[in-house]
Amino acid sequence: MKKNVSGMEFLKKYGILLVLVAMWVILLIVSPTFRTVDNAINILRQVAVNGILAIGMTFVIMTGGIDLTVGSLVAVAGVVCGSIIVANPSMWAVGIIAALAACAIFGAINGFFVAYMGVPAFVATLAGMTIARGFAYVYSDGKPYTMASKTFSSIGKGMVPIVIFLVIFAVCHILLSRTKFGRYIYATGGNIRAAEASGVRVKRILMKVYIMAGVLSGIAGVVLAARTNSGQPAVGTGFETDAIAAAVIGGTSMTGGIGTIPGTLIGILIIGTLNNGLNLLNVSSYYQQIVKGIIILGAVCFDISSKKLSK
Amino acid sequence: MGDYRLEVKNLHKRFPGVYAVKGVSFQIAPGEVHALVGENGAGKSTLMKMITGEYIPDEGEVYHNGELIKAKSVADSQKNGIAMIHQELAPLPDMTIAENIFLGQEIMKGKFLNDREMERQTAEILKEYGMDFDPRMKVRKLSVAQTQMLEIIKAVRKNADVIIMDEPTSSLADEESKKLFEIIRELKEKDVAIIYISHRLEEILMITDRITVLRDGEYIKTVPADGVTQNELIEMMVGRTLDNIYPKEEVPMGETVFEVKNLCREGVFEDVSFSVKAGEILGFSGLVGAGRSEIMNAIFGLDKLDAGQIFVDGREVSIKNPTNAIENKIAMVSEDRKLYGLVLCRSIKENISLPNLSSHHRGLFINRRKEMKEVQDYEAALGIKCASIQVDTGTLSGGNQQKVVLAKWLLSEPRVLILDEPTRGIDVGAKFEIYKMMVDLAKKGIAIIMISSELPEVMGMSDRILCVSGGKITGEFERKDIISGRVTQKSLLNSALKEV
Repeated sequence: MKKNVSGMEFLKKYGILLVLVAMWVILLIVSPTFRTVDNAINILRQVAVNGILAIGMTFVIMTGGIDLTVGSLVAVAGVVCGSIIVANPSMWAVGIIAALAACAIFGAINGFFVAYMGVPAFVATLAGMTIARGFAYVYSDGKPYTMASKTFSSIGKGMVPIVIFLVIFAVCHILLSRTKFGRYIYATGGNIRAAEASGVRVKRILMKVYIMAGVLSGIAGVVLAARTNSGQPAVGTGFETDAIAAAVIGGTSMTGGIGTIPGTLIGILIIGTLNNGLNLLNVSSYYQQIVKGIIILGAVCFDISSKKLSK
Repeated sequence: MGDYRLEVKNLHKRFPGVYAVKGVSFQIAPGEVHALVGENGAGKSTLMKMITGEYIPDEGEVYHNGELIKAKSVADSQKNGIAMIHQELAPLPDMTIAENIFLGQEIMKGKFLNDREMERQTAEILKEYGMDFDPRMKVRKLSVAQTQMLEIIKAVRKNADVIIMDEPTSSLADEESKKLFEIIRELKEKDVAIIYISHRLEEILMITDRITVLRDGEYIKTVPADGVTQNELIEMMVGRTLDNIYPKEEVPMGETVFEVKNLCREGVFEDVSFSVKAGEILGFSGLVGAGRSEIMNAIFGLDKLDAGQIFVDGREVSIKNPTNAIENKIAMVSEDRKLYGLVLCRSIKENISLPNLSSHHRGLFINRRKEMKEVQDYEAALGIKCASIQVDTGTLSGGNQQKVVLAKWLLSEPRVLILDEPTRGIDVGAKFEIYKMMVDLAKKGIAIIMISSELPEVMGMSDRILCVSGGKITGEFERKDIISGRVTQKSLLNSALKEV
């Protein structure tokens, strides 16, 4: 009996990691290409952009909200830094800073409406999503910026995106698990009224979280623009779905208060491995979407049932 | 066999790691009000859930009017005529009274709802129960007491002949409770059997016929209500004697620690002034809705004050939000611990340290070793029963949850501790521990403000009592006059009911 309970606890804690490991084991056996180091790096590079978005998303979902603007902000970051770098390729650093600042402002607008005006996060960021997308088109007049800065494009090449992703991962993990700010995020998401009555300035926390999600989207947008050497207003459409999916698969509770950054890393790796593996196995991208959906449902059902069992 | 409305025979229920109900049997006659008492975790809720079909018993049977019933769901048992009025009421707040009453049995006119007829009948029913409301009013606008009445009406209308009431008076003021007791008497006359679960022993002795005591999932005894005293009941519940329900001690009082002058919040309370000395326990009595909690919420910065001054240790302070209150060494245990007290999905550790992170940890990071030590100290000092301080507070019993809330505020070393209904919904044993702790804190020179709707509690624990009615302080009573008997429950009640 007792052994059974601890077995369940083990599953609850590491179940989703087991799913990832199982996927790897199967792919290692069936696909020779999967076994190569190049492919592993490939997966990491592919998940870097979505992974950065997913980390920002995890913070927002943890507060009980959601951020649908992240995909549009990828485009905003691309066109803003694109416009500056096209005008003057040596000013790439200015371009990056301007891109991040623009995304921070959009994040702050989201945060303002959610925290201070009491607009539901879904609605506020849905509006923000179309406004930011429209902004990207208006700003670029609908045309992509093609950049020719070697220094800038190196941000998207080789190991650089992976390193950026892993540094963000480490910093955000420490921020959430070791700092007061992280603890306040958990408390705000778990019970906003109790957090406020415990002296947490909940509105400021919400504001900061949405700004963070904005800046992280900006970083993701810069990395993507560097990889493709272009700032396009149409890029990033639908990116929010993978980011939400990664957070949820990784155990972040949609009602807030529960979740971890390593969990989200596992979530994004599952999605990346799935895309990569199904490609290697020549499964059509149409089926990939179905499989991804099933995995999300499975992960959440597993989460719900393991919680029920532990009660 | 057919003599009983409800008979429960040898019910057992096991959960992983917990043997919740160990062979409980009892019988209820038609028209009987039967109390079920026991500490939290004694198995009352599990037992009720087996009767209403929410849980399926591992062993044992439930007979209703002599017939064996095998309810597999709450809907099944409702069909059988067993209804439960929950502690946390679940009406549909945005539907009208009429829609709520006729939910699931709407009167039709052809294919369409016959609203007019339903509203007409609702008006009649409401009149019958002495409630004068527009049937088209949204249920949201009703008070807790009125909503509860509505739930009872719904149950009776569905021809329920067994009604289970779980802590029905926990959020009612004394006057409202009296109304509920009248309704219970009427139900008795209609031969409805009532199972009455409550922590309030005085009212149990007053309104029930027989009392069944449970302890640790076991059946202890069923006794007639008029042959037993409160102390005997408590002994049976806890399995040991508690020498005194209220361990109040006289503590030498110090300087005035906390004072408020002319506090006002438009339409809620006005001209509220009082002070508390070090070591004093100041009780606040009054009806629910009189403005007591609202005054405290405003002092603590949860609500806005329109006017007035607040002084801590003689120094005027400005409190715009709870953060300011905490900085000024004010702590508040709110009346609703699930809403304002705890983050239920997070651990005991995180909950206890939450209000203290900014004052106890410098810089950005949490000093984990320090946090662990502080939390463990308070966990031990308060006797919080838990597997570890890492478990979610949502899994704890009510009494233990309340101790976690107390721990988090004690760790902040307050000068002023506001306790709003500190013992609501928790069992006798835990209540006693909380009273003892209040006395210990008073000895340390903390100024304590306690709001309580239970007259014996407020009279048993306070050095001084203020009555609040209609947002104004309407009376002040000293402990010596209570001890001497010059001030009685009745005088307090009169003061609490004073029209202003």
